[in-house]
Amino acid sequence: MALDRKIAYIDLTTGEIETKPIPLEVRKKFLGGRGLDAYLLYNHTKKGCDPLSPDNVLMISGGILTATCASATARTHVMAKSPLTGLLGSANMGGFFAPELAWAGFHHLVIKGKAKKPVYIWIHNGEIEIRDAGNIWGKTVTETQWAIRKELDDEDVKCAVIGPAGENLVRFANIMTGIKNAAGRTGMGCVMGSKNLKAVAARGTMDIKIAHPVEALEYNKRFIDQITSAKVNQTQGTLGTPFIWGATNSWGGIRTRNFQYNQCENADDIEPERIDEICEETMGPYHMTGCFGCQVHCRAQYKIPSGPYAGEYDEGPEYTSQGAFGGEPDCKSAVTVLTGNHLVDQYGMDNLETGSIISWAMELYELGILTSKDTDGVDLRFGNDEALLEMVHRIAFRKGWLGDTLADGGVQASEKIGKDSFSYLIQVKGMSNLHSDERATPALALNIATGSRGSDHLRSRPAIDLYHLPEEVLRKIYSNPVPYDGPLSSEHTSYVGKPWMVFWQENCYMGVDCLGICKYHTTFLGATLPNFEDWTKVLLYNTGLELSPKEIWDVAERCYNIERLFNLREGLKRDDLKKGDTLNHRYFDEPCRRGAPDVIGAHIDREKFNKMIDEYYEHHGWDEKGVPTKKTLKRLGLDKEPSHLI
Amino acid sequence: MEKVLMIDYQKCTGCRLCELVCSVMHDGISNPARSRIKVMKWESEGLYIPMACQQCEDAPCMNVCPVKAISRDKDLGYVMVDYDVCIGCRSCVAICPFGAMNYNIIDKKVFKCDLCGGDPQCVRFCAEKAIDYVDAGELSVMKKRQAAQRLSDAGKEAAALQAAV
Repeated sequence: MALDRKIAYIDLTTGEIETKPIPLEVRKKFLGGRGLDAYLLYNHTKKGCDPLSPDNVLMISGGILTATCASATARTHVMAKSPLTGLLGSANMGGFFAPELAWAGFHHLVIKGKAKKPVYIWIHNGEIEIRDAGNIWGKTVTETQWAIRKELDDEDVKCAVIGPAGENLVRFANIMTGIKNAAGRTGMGCVMGSKNLKAVAARGTMDIKIAHPVEALEYNKRFIDQITSAKVNQTQGTLGTPFIWGATNSWGGIRTRNFQYNQCENADDIEPERIDEICEETMGPYHMTGCFGCQVHCRAQYKIPSGPYAGEYDEGPEYTSQGAFGGEPDCKSAVTVLTGNHLVDQYGMDNLETGSIISWAMELYELGILTSKDTDGVDLRFGNDEALLEMVHRIAFRKGWLGDTLADGGVQASEKIGKDSFSYLIQVKGMSNLHSDERATPALALNIATGSRGSDHLRSRPAIDLYHLPEEVLRKIYSNPVPYDGPLSSEHTSYVGKPWMVFWQENCYMGVDCLGICKYHTTFLGATLPNFEDWTKVLLYNTGLELSPKEIWDVAERCYNIERLFNLREGLKRDDLKKGDTLNHRYFDEPCRRGAPDVIGAHIDREKFNKMIDEYYEHHGWDEKGVPTKKTLKRLGLDKEPSHLI
Repeated sequence: MEKVLMIDYQKCTGCRLCELVCSVMHDGISNPARSRIKVMKWESEGLYIPMACQQCEDAPCMNVCPVKAISRDKDLGYVMVDYDVCIGCRSCVAICPFGAMNYNIIDKKVFKCDLCGGDPQCVRFCAEKAIDYVDAGELSVMKKRQAAQRLSDAGKEAAALQAAV
């Protein structure tokens, strides 16, 4: 049974390992994955702990449905206090790691302490061993995985690893699995590096009994048909996430030159169709690949066509690499995008953060805040592809003054660089924004301002707000499983009803993250995709656990509130530019300069934005400072936290 | 008409859903170690090849079995194991040239593809049609068509190049 999967507490300082069952009572409250990780983080860390100290606790997990016969249960979740933001650290990746961990007997790992020398954790059919990683320290992301497979003499071993960036304590280093699957936000790889933990390797052949196998199979088929019939997923399956970048750029929703402009002009070479062409030329007509059990297959395969890395195999690039190494630094070459993507994949570093922070440095260079003395001679102009890629190396290995400075993340770097540098840093809660421009879309702006792990589209983005769906369709989606009869607007430039949409999406995304399902399989990019009602069925058929849609909603809300409690404990304040629910002044003060007629001139109205925040807090049952009220905590059963149930 | 599995590995995205549904369909359990089909991977090259039983005509597993536990299903033509007769010696596992006869260490039994009684779940779930269930006689016709298409494409490409020169 999925519910038999255990939790393991691994202390790298003492070498002690303890495994325990996960009580049903805990499952019903938090399900698994991100939700249970949030509970564990809140309960197992102390207020103000140094993210890079042995006191920080790293959670690696699968969702409650991982490796069952639900659709696309491939996601691995990782959580710890973030060394980038000092707040909640949380990242999620596809691939095959979490299912293997589940077949090896575990759903949750709680990793504490710090090993004296480099080690890796080997998990095999219920057994856990800490092994020496002296020989693999220093290796890249894929080299590490292949070396571990060789050492263990098993090609089916799946690993979650760090690359050189994690070892060098780059504060936005990733944990990675496979060629490019990245738990790539908030610096979880840096936490792993700080613990001298190079990898977690898993291999399992333990049965996961399906509660109602016939129904589970049939429902999975229905799920797949629903998912693959959505046009948006069909496009994902041919062009991958770059298609979103292309579509968004067409109307002016992409930021470029560190948010100076909202559309990347003359970008033919980095448009999704061009990238697809290269994939086809180098990998043939069938060049899409997928994560465990998923029929969307949104990941492209490619070989770098030319340049110093010509012939190297990689996967992607995703939207974020297109923005990071294309649109944002204004480098409009496919080869640069594919090369930049390859470098961060191999070094194990957040593409989004890397591209954003280099573009920020480029603007500072343009303004004279940074000089060629600071860059050690690198001509850090926008549009200088060589300089961009050079900075990727320098950050990963902390080379030169600027490489070392930027490796600490934007907020810390701005304190070192000084002058007016911070005001040009496009971030929320210390984490860089996605390469999208939300000035014309208040709902999306509210989403990035309030995301629990800092600026982020995968916490609560109501992406379907861009589709101008009729109000009655929106109401059908957004008033389930809890009734909502407040205002809603189909207009993406409106502020009306958006706080509810953001709140609803928050719970929806928390739901999939607890289940371990990919967001492409729920109400994210496609309005017709499954959510709460369907999840009750897959949960029942696969695990035997019977929860109503409202009960799953309550779990999601409970888990989101724990994340909030953690952030508040670590210093979140509503209007704090570095640790709050607010946006860089450019969102309010600088109107969009390019794009569609209703986008040019758009900016976020400060007063209306504040009202949205008020309304968003009200929906949660938080006070005007964004603190959950006693009543809310009681309603969610969180009035005695930390409760140390597990 | 006898039908067989046709695998076009180029279309395989490597997701391993076939392994999952195979084990759930047969055993009610999610565990790729119980799957009759397995996707072999060369991840650093992006190459994935699903491997399953070919239901060989002159089947080595059938020939090698010392107790004649392996026979052919009369209706669907697949090679099957009679567990009342099987002694679990694993000779069939050793001899199969495709590695398609498996051994389950939990139940201590050999196991192989039985075409799910005529509705192979791997085929039903593979949206890419990397695995298909086709008439045995049609197999070569389909391959001929694909090869002819490639020849035609190459011819057109050559003509276009010539025209450009």
